[in-house]
Amino acid sequence: MNSSTQNKIFDQDIDTFLASQDAKDQLRFITCGSVDDGKSTLLGRLLYDSKTVFEDQLSATETESRKYGTQGDNVDLALLVDGLQAEREQGITIDVAYRYFETDKRKFIAADTPGHEQYTRNMATGASTADVAVILIDARRGILTQTRRHSYIVSLLGIKHIILAVNKMDLVDYAQDRFDEIVAEYTEFATQLNFDIMHFIPLSALSGDNVFTSQSVISKSNMPWYSGPTLIDLLETIPVHHNEKDKSFRLPVQWVNRPNSEFRGFSGSIASGKISKGMTVVASLSGRKTKVKQIISPSGDVASATSGQAVTLVMEDEIDISRGDIIALEDSQPEVADQFAAHIIWMDPEAMLPERTYVIRFTTTSTTAQITDLVHKVDVNTLDQLAAKKLELNEVGYCKLALDKAVAFDAYNDNRQTGAFVLIDQYSNATVGAGMIDFALRRASNIGWHNMQIDKSVRAAVNNQKPCVVWFTGFSGSGKSSIADHLEQKLHEAGKRTYLLDGDNVRFGLNKDLGFTDQDRVENIRRVAEVAKLMVDAGLIVIASFISPFRSERRMARELFNDDEFVEVFVDTPLAICEQRDPKGLYKKARAGELKNFTGIDSDYEPPEHAEVILKSGEFEADTLADELVEYLVSKGRQAILE
Amino acid sequence: MTSISEPDHLARLESESIHIIREVAAEFRNPVMLYSIGKDSAVMLHLAMKAFAPGKPPFSLLHVDTTWKFKEMIQFRDETVKRLGLDLIVHINQDGVDRGIGPISHGSKLHTDVMKTEGLKQAMNKHGFDAAFGGARRDEEKSRAKERIFSFRSKSHRWDPKSQRPELWNLYNTRIADGESVRVFPISNWTELDIWQYILRENIPIVPLYFSAKRPIIKRDGVLVMRDDERLPLEPGESVEDMQVRFRTLGCYPLTGAVESSAESVSDIIFELLQSRSSEREGRLIDNDQIGSMEKKKQEGYF
Ligand SMILES: Nc1nc2c(ncn2[C@@H]2O[C@H](COP(=O)(O)OP(=O)(O)O)[C@@H](O)[C@H]2O)c(=O)[nH]1
Repeated sequence: MNSSTQNKIFDQDIDTFLASQDAKDQLRFITCGSVDDGKSTLLGRLLYDSKTVFEDQLSATETESRKYGTQGDNVDLALLVDGLQAEREQGITIDVAYRYFETDKRKFIAADTPGHEQYTRNMATGASTADVAVILIDARRGILTQTRRHSYIVSLLGIKHIILAVNKMDLVDYAQDRFDEIVAEYTEFATQLNFDIMHFIPLSALSGDNVFTSQSVISKSNMPWYSGPTLIDLLETIPVHHNEKDKSFRLPVQWVNRPNSEFRGFSGSIASGKISKGMTVVASLSGRKTKVKQIISPSGDVASATSGQAVTLVMEDEIDISRGDIIALEDSQPEVADQFAAHIIWMDPEAMLPERTYVIRFTTTSTTAQITDLVHKVDVNTLDQLAAKKLELNEVGYCKLALDKAVAFDAYNDNRQTGAFVLIDQYSNATVGAGMIDFALRRASNIGWHNMQIDKSVRAAVNNQKPCVVWFTGFSGSGKSSIADHLEQKLHEAGKRTYLLDGDNVRFGLNKDLGFTDQDRVENIRRVAEVAKLMVDAGLIVIASFISPFRSERRMARELFNDDEFVEVFVDTPLAICEQRDPKGLYKKARAGELKNFTGIDSDYEPPEHAEVILKSGEFEADTLADELVEYLVSKGRQAILE
Repeated sequence: MTSISEPDHLARLESESIHIIREVAAEFRNPVMLYSIGKDSAVMLHLAMKAFAPGKPPFSLLHVDTTWKFKEMIQFRDETVKRLGLDLIVHINQDGVDRGIGPISHGSKLHTDVMKTEGLKQAMNKHGFDAAFGGARRDEEKSRAKERIFSFRSKSHRWDPKSQRPELWNLYNTRIADGESVRVFPISNWTELDIWQYILRENIPIVPLYFSAKRPIIKRDGVLVMRDDERLPLEPGESVEDMQVRFRTLGCYPLTGAVESSAESVSDIIFELLQSRSSEREGRLIDNDQIGSMEKKKQEGYF
């Protein structure tokens, strides 16, 4: 125990003391450094100076120091923390170990992890639960490849707050310029990473300078030029659990508590946000809504609860929510999808192969998943992105995954609990990978996977146009095809490269296997949208003319394109007029029952809610309407037709 | 009703442990909670009660009785399960009893191997438990510092430090094959001080042996051993003395050292702890046998 803590309790009554203990919070941090940077020594120093080491442990360490130590007759502080016998004999740290110590202000859990490249996985493990990272550097050696790797992994695991501890200052004569040099180099490098706050401290783990002993208070200071905080000052004051409670409410359901027919509660730990009685909540997977009637916290019934608490919620309505679902608030729900893109750290000697099926485990649910695409791997030393066919042990890759069922999740960057997963080998049950979700992929959406040299903008420049798709929707006979025809002619005359996709040229070829059931219509539109996307990619202006009766399919098509690439044109002609025109005699057949699933007759049409352009074909000529469209395209800067 | 406030450090540990206990209940077919009657077990059991309130924990308690526990421990154990209305399975290694194995006749190592380690394996196999909660903490001993929260055990219940699964975030890999099992340590991240503070805050009942009282003590090799019954023979020159002592850990009485103390309440204990300069395991005779002894025990299947 801390000596100052001890002194204090003598002139303070125990209750006051306990109250101050109770109010302490806890900081979890990870220490990373390369072999021999002095990590074990630093941790030993923290334990020793915080008086967390008991006499019997110290004397055991003295015995061991004589046997294995590197410090001659002095106690080797590193041996206080080197746990397992095997590694004690080898003198290296091979696994993650957790250390506990406290000071007057805080309690600490330090994750002690090895630095070698082959232990990237151990570092990731330690970093996954840490709020802060202490990255050790040997002042003589400066920033090494390992430093970059450690920093990258820490950043990948979502740690926003780091302390760069420049150790062994005693061996560089406590030189300020050496320290400044390292700080400048690191600051430059760190611009590539995702840290919010960085601190730099010159210290000596061996002597304790700037660990607990501030240079500004001792009379014979080794580093009078450094007036900043000591390592312990920083660790004691860095804010913890930053803003988790201010994020969107997430309760991954662990357990449905039904001790008897009277009671049904949903138990889990609040991953983020707050909840109060009376709030309306949604079960993400089913979309069902209800209100919170009762909140049971570990200390009994409460009116509200916040992130970090294990609770049981009782709802107003009898709704079915099961383990694996996430309870959220109506206005900020998690993603629900069966595909996403994620960074994966591979942790198994057997390489990760795309196509292979793995068990995937999220906060409270699991299913099976395939890596459909290994987009690239990251060289953890240089941060370069490299092409790869598989991911070996300790490698990091960016992947697309497809799951066997939809699950609820968030992006890891938004939520470290609901955005993380592990991959498990189906046969050996080993934990083989750890993943951090980047974003959800909608069905059929596909976002710039390959950055090729010749891209859309280059092709568009050659064509002197802005590629886009003009998507016509409306009843059969509404006038889509005639307007589309006129539009294409006008664009062509202006020197634009176009292509017209309509029912006729796809139904006989690409989509000849599809009929007119709802499923087939969806697939029809999906394929057309994909083809249109390729053509837009090729630099063309695509005019698509399809009844496309369902909002969701049009939205899906829209989502394949950038915002300014998709123009939805609703040809708004009353059904009666269409039926009266009946250019192909189809309405007649449908009325006679000879045609099934005909839009407007026995199949629904969902009018667009946010079409860019609405054309009243019942009232104007096709040519006039085509002019109106050209005008729209010009005014929106989509096409410089008249240049 | 309290209003919204940041959970403090104990509240966070409490919630973390409850989370782990619920995961086990949800993911395993046949879990059991090892109840060793000490303060750590008392806290773990208290957390399990909270995890499933207003219901009861959906698993039984298991006590592997070496037949050498303090009488007060057994009495406390039986009162506790009665008070909470839980199921308790008591397992005794009958084979060990038949062979007359005991700590005095056979030494601490063999006694612990047979009555505790072997006994635990027997009970796990007999009842087909696939997960067992234990009240170990990482701060207890160096080799425990690397223990996972979900610690995987082979069919023969061995712990292999090299084949432990990486454990990231709070995502626990709960998949095992038939015959394999896991030991789960929900209070891994608690320190000894945390345990006492929590016992005080929550007013958790503990075995009276933790509190100071006059007890019959023999001084043997510098260790204060309590003569709980006649099975502990006096060696030449030894005598039983009434001393004001208490225990920092509880186990088999001939293997557990007492400390002289006047601490009569939990806050006295905390006060004493803060001034103490030795770790709690010092009183356990098995640890000091040799460097790395706990690690060896664990590989063999000791909890
Ligand atoms: N001079 C000096 N030596 C140090 C310092 N910190 C650690 N060392 C020494 O560097 C060596 C490696 O330290 P250790 O803590 O085992 O490194 P680890 O491999 O990172 O855990 C040991 O001989 C330490 O005594 C320091 O601040 N100054």
